[in-house]
Amino acid sequence: MCDTCGCNDPHNHPHDHAQPHAHGHDHAHGHAHPPPVRTVPVQKSALELNQRLADQNRGWFRAKGLKVFNLLSSPGSGKTALLERTLRAVPRAAAIVGDLQTENDADRLRATGAQAVQIVTGATCHLDAHMVAHALEKLDVAGLGALFIENVGNLVCPASYDLGEAKRVVLLSVTEGEDKPLKYPVIFRNADLVLVTKIDLAAAVGFDREKALAAIRQTAPRAQILEVSAKTGAGLDAWYAWLAG
Amino acid sequence: MHELSLMTNLLAEAAAAADGAPICALRVRVGPLSGVVVDALRFAFEALAPGTPAAGARFDVEETALVFHCPRCGADYETPVGAYQCPGCGAADGELRGGNELELISIEVPDHV
Repeated sequence: MCDTCGCNDPHNHPHDHAQPHAHGHDHAHGHAHPPPVRTVPVQKSALELNQRLADQNRGWFRAKGLKVFNLLSSPGSGKTALLERTLRAVPRAAAIVGDLQTENDADRLRATGAQAVQIVTGATCHLDAHMVAHALEKLDVAGLGALFIENVGNLVCPASYDLGEAKRVVLLSVTEGEDKPLKYPVIFRNADLVLVTKIDLAAAVGFDREKALAAIRQTAPRAQILEVSAKTGAGLDAWYAWLAG
Repeated sequence: MHELSLMTNLLAEAAAAADGAPICALRVRVGPLSGVVVDALRFAFEALAPGTPAAGARFDVEETALVFHCPRCGADYETPVGAYQCPGCGAADGELRGGNELELISIEVPDHV
């Protein structure tokens, strides 16, 4: 009996499909099969070249007896004002400063009598170890003891780039909002020191000091915290002592 | 937007590994502490891959978790960025075990063998 319709003649029942019996189940090739591929392991960091150059910078700094500080913050949190005072107070110090445009910051810092090299990054939102290596060519390091690298004002991108520094300093001004470390946690995590700046303005802007310190402690667990004003000089002795330590 | 310069590096590594072959796919590992935004990385790939051996390739992203090891109580724990305390004992000095990756793990090339 035919299994399809139950008739007694399995060879003469109507077919419910158009193709003859002796057909293969292949199909017309209107498409391409994906070609066979093989996987090539790579295991390379996107920051590998920068890391190599940063390690070179670090070795060079060590050989020259230079203690190097990478200063990171958002634009306008007082990096340059802090350095203007610091370069006057700390002997044998120089600065490299990064901005998208202008020599303005290097001009301000040179007015202190110290050497300052401007890196104009154009469209680039951070300094990298390669830019710093080239800036070093313009610096007379003989006799220098400390070098400050003022990074491009940006709380995001500079976090990824080791420049070869000994210490990372992240600035947070009282005018920025106490929860900024919570909003930009990556850059705070590797800070050796967090400087709360412009504390002379704290009362005027209603700065909640405890809330800010709690946010810093949470996001920068291994950082020391200092509170300073580059305008009045408050707290700067502790900053200078930290630099010398 | 430093994702563009990082993608330039990744594409250069991929091209070197492909050794002249066209690239069918790239596999990238990204951790939450890497400082990059995955969508921005994808955008950077779409913008920069044309004209390289990776033109038209698939771009696979493997996102990792942020993992710490607590030196006090020995726990391994996952945590979001910005909150690093050990959930077991409250210690804040956990050792980073994973989560800052930004690396090209592998590529796929046509198998002509």
